Amino acid sequence: MAGGWRHARHLIVLALVVAAGLGAFLILRGAVVPAGFGKLGHYRAGAIDDNRRRPVSFAGQATCADCHDKQVEARSKGKHRIVSCEACHGPQARHADDPEKLKPVLPDTAILCRRCHEKDPAKPAHFPQVASTDHSGGAACNACHQPHAPKM
Amino acid sequence: MDVSRREMLAGAAKFLVLGFAAEAAADVPLAAPAQLPAYDPSQHWWGMTIDIDLCIGCGNCVRACSAENGVPDGYFRTWVERYHVKSGDQEHPKVESPDGAIKGFPPSTETNEKAFYVPKLCNHCETSPCVQVCPVGATFESPDGVVLVDTTYCLGCRYCIQACPYGCRYIHPERHTVDKCSLCYHRITQGLTTACCEACPTGARKLADLKNPKDPVHAFLRDNKVQVLKPHMATRSKTFYKDLDGSVR
Ligand code: HEC
Ligand code: HEC
Ligand code: HEC
Ligand code: HEC
Repeated sequence: MAGGWRHARHLIVLALVVAAGLGAFLILRGAVVPAGFGKLGHYRAGAIDDNRRRPVSFAGQATCADCHDKQVEARSKGKHRIVSCEACHGPQARHADDPEKLKPVLPDTAILCRRCHEKDPAKPAHFPQVASTDHSGGAACNACHQPHAPKM
Repeated sequence: MDVSRREMLAGAAKFLVLGFAAEAAADVPLAAPAQLPAYDPSQHWWGMTIDIDLCIGCGNCVRACSAENGVPDGYFRTWVERYHVKSGDQEHPKVESPDGAIKGFPPSTETNEKAFYVPKLCNHCETSPCVQVCPVGATFESPDGVVLVDTTYCLGCRYCIQACPYGCRYIHPERHTVDKCSLCYHRITQGLTTACCEACPTGARKLADLKNPKDPVHAFLRDNKVQVLKPHMATRSKTFYKDLDGSVR
C-alpha cells in the first residue's frame, strides 16, 4: 500500500501546483482587468464616459446668438446667414463662458475671406469666387464688404 | 517607429503573461469627475453625411478638429483632399492634401481638368476592421455606433492602424497610444454638433443620427446618389458621400 500512496502523492502535488497556478492567475487577472470590462462588450465600459469627460472649444451657434443679436441680425440679411459665427471667429467657448475676461481677437480678413472665396477650379461652380488680385488689387476685403452682410 | 524598444517589450510581456493585456492605470480618472449631462445611447446611431457639391476646400473642418481635440501638429483626425482627374483617366487621379489642408489650398494651376475636394475622416464603420483586430479591447464601437479609443488601455501595437482601410488612425507622438476621430463624442452626447460640422460654412458636412426619424439624413440618403468609400471592404461605413466621383479611393 505504501507504494500506492507514493503514486497518489504525485497526483496531489500536481493538483496543488495547478490549483496554485490557477489561483495566481485569477488574483493577477482580478487585479489588472479593470472594472466594467466586458459589461457592454469587449471593452472597458468606463471608457465611454472618459471619452465624454472633455471640455469643448466651440460653443456652438446657439450660444453666440444669446448675446450677439446685432451680428445675428446683420448676418440674417445676406448669404453669410448659413455661416456659423465660429466658422470665421474660431473656437470661442471660453469667451462665451466669461466675455469680460476673454475678448476674441478679430479675424484678419486678408487670410479669412480668401480661404473661402479665392477662385479655384476644384470649388463648386455655383459658389461665389474671386481671383483676389484682380478683384481688389490687394485692398482689404472689408474695405468694401461688410463681413456679416457681404453683398454690396 | 517612435515607441521605444522598452515600451514595446513591456507591452509584449504584459500580453504574454496576462493572456490579454491590461494597463494597471486604467482606473485612474482623467480629470475631476465632472457631472455629465443625461444621455441615452440606445436612442442614437451616429454617422455623417458629406456633400461633395458643397465642399469649397477652405479647411475650416481641419482647423476646428485640431483646436477642439488637441490634435498634434502634422497629424489629422480629419483632412481634405483635392482631386484632379485628367479627361478619361479615372484610374489615375492626382490627389493632394498639403498639411491636411489645415490652411486650405493654394489656387491650383490646372484649369482644364475635372477637380473637386473630398473631406475625409473616420467612417465609424459598423463592422469595423480596427475594432476586430484590437488584441486588448482598447478600440470599440460604442452602443450608439461611434468607434472610440480607450487611451488608458491601448498598447500602441498599431494593428488597428494597419487594419483601417481609410488611413484614419495614427499614434499620438506624446501618449504613444492610438488616436482618431471620436466624432466629437464629448459634444454629440450633450446636444452639440461636431466641431468640424460647426465650422463648415456651407453645410457640406453634417452630423447624422440614423435612429432619429426626423433627422434630414433620411431624405439625404433617399433623394441623392450616395456612396460610401471602399464599399467592397464591407465595413458598413456610416460616412455617406453625395456626388462622389468614381476616381476617389
Ligand atoms: C455671455 C454673453 C456672450 C456670449 C455667449 C458670447 N459673447 Fe461675444 N462678446 C460679449 C461681450 C460682452 C463682448 C464685448 C467684450 C468687450 O468689448 O470687452 C463680446 C465681444 C465679442 C467679439 C468682438 C471683440 C471685439 O474686438 O470687438 C466677438 C468677435 C465675439 N464676441 C464673438 C463671439 C462668438 C463667436 C460667440 C459664440 C461662441 C460669442 N461671442 C458669445 C458677450 C458674449
Ligand atoms: C464670414 C465671416 C464672419 C462670420 C460668419 C461672422 N463674423 Fe463677426 N466678424 C468677422 C470679421 C472679419 C470681423 C472684423 C470686422 C472688421 O475688422 O472690420 C467681425 C467682427 C465681429 C465683431 C466685432 C464688432 C463688429 O460688429 O464689427 C463681433 C462682436 C462679431 N464679429 C460677432 C459675430 C457673431 C456673433 C457672429 C455670428 C452671428 C459673427 N460675428 C459671424 C467675420 C465674421
Ligand atoms: C468660412 C467660409 C467663408 C468665409 C471666411 C467668408 N465667406 Fe463669404 N460666403 C461664404 C458662403 C458659404 C457664402 C454663400 C454662398 C452661397 O450662397 O452659395 C458666401 C457668400 C459671400 C458673398 C456673396 C454674397 C451675395 O449675397 O451674393 C460675398 C460677397 C462674400 N461671401 C464675401 C466675403 C468676404 C468679404 C469675406 C471676408 C470678410 C467672406 N466672404 C468670408 C463663406 C465664407
Ligand atoms: C474695392 C472694393 C472691393 C474690395 C476691396 C473687395 N471687393 Fe469683393 N466685390 C466688390 C463689388 C463691387 C462686388 C460686386 C457686387 C456684389 O455682388 O456684392 C464684389 C463681389 C464679390 C464677391 C461675389 C462674387 C460673385 O460672383 O457673386 C465675392 C465672393 C467677393 N467680392 C469677395 C471679395 C474678397 C474675398 C475680397 C478680399 C480679397 C474682396 N471681395 C474685396 C468690391 C470689392
